[in-house]
Amino acid sequence: MVITRRAEFSASHMCRRPELSEEENRRLYGAAANPHGHGHNYVLEVSLEGEPDPVTGMVLDLKELKDILTRQVIEPYDHRFLNYEVPPFDRVVPTTENIARDIWRRIEPHLSASRGRLHSVRVYETPDLYVDYSGESPCSA
Amino acid sequence: MFRVTRRYRFAASHRLHAPQLSDPENRQLYGKCNNPYGHGHNYEVEVSARGPLDGSGRAVDIGCLDELVAQQVLAPFAHRNLNQEIDSFARLVPTTENLAVEICRRLKDNWRTVFPGEWPKLERVRIAETARNIFEVYAHDIA
Repeated sequence: MVITRRAEFSASHMCRRPELSEEENRRLYGAAANPHGHGHNYVLEVSLEGEPDPVTGMVLDLKELKDILTRQVIEPYDHRFLNYEVPPFDRVVPTTENIARDIWRRIEPHLSASRGRLHSVRVYETPDLYVDYSGESPCSA
Repeated sequence: MFRVTRRYRFAASHRLHAPQLSDPENRQLYGKCNNPYGHGHNYEVEVSARGPLDGSGRAVDIGCLDELVAQQVLAPFAHRNLNQEIDSFARLVPTTENLAVEICRRLKDNWRTVFPGEWPKLERVRIAETARNIFEVYAHDIA
């Protein structure tokens, strides 16, 4: 069974690589390369996979997952400029892909004792663009 | 490995009518969708592609995907009568099942024009005909 908790944060970012010229950054990232940054209302969906506990009937109390998301992701990310204020984005470009992977790394250690295994992290940058990350599994497509 | 999904929209009209069946059979089978004058929908199409991160920290260059979808789907389909203006639907009923396959095939056949490398790969097309009717097809299931 897969259970999912949704959370939101608003943050600003810019997509630029310091070793590239202005023109190269613009070509690669388009408007997202604007050096002044821009923001999004990000939506995060975290899914766990597991069997419900026979007594409680729950895979994991979603309130617990909410608390983990709040402490590990929402508090550090919300209303921040990711590149300047949230490591590793001082050196890793905060694309939606890299944000999804960073969120996975932040929460995964806190779920190891639970009945539910972290299944996927979905990050919506806008309602029309989202990324799913399911850990470093071998390539299959 | 990442999956990146982008949503697009277009409005089009269609009519569900199978030429192999009689008029009463078509009316019985398709109901209102068989109205001879056709009717329309605001379709929402989600295109998903899969891949590892490239040097830019992305798995899919959204600009390239937008270009492909604009060229293969939005330009030919938006504000069109699917039965009369899309070749495949001259012989195939434009149900949303068939529309999903048609869109997925167009993207798959032309994928290399914008993504010439090994990655990303087209994974899935999911299309909502209305907010309640949703159809999805995987690229590897399409010949």
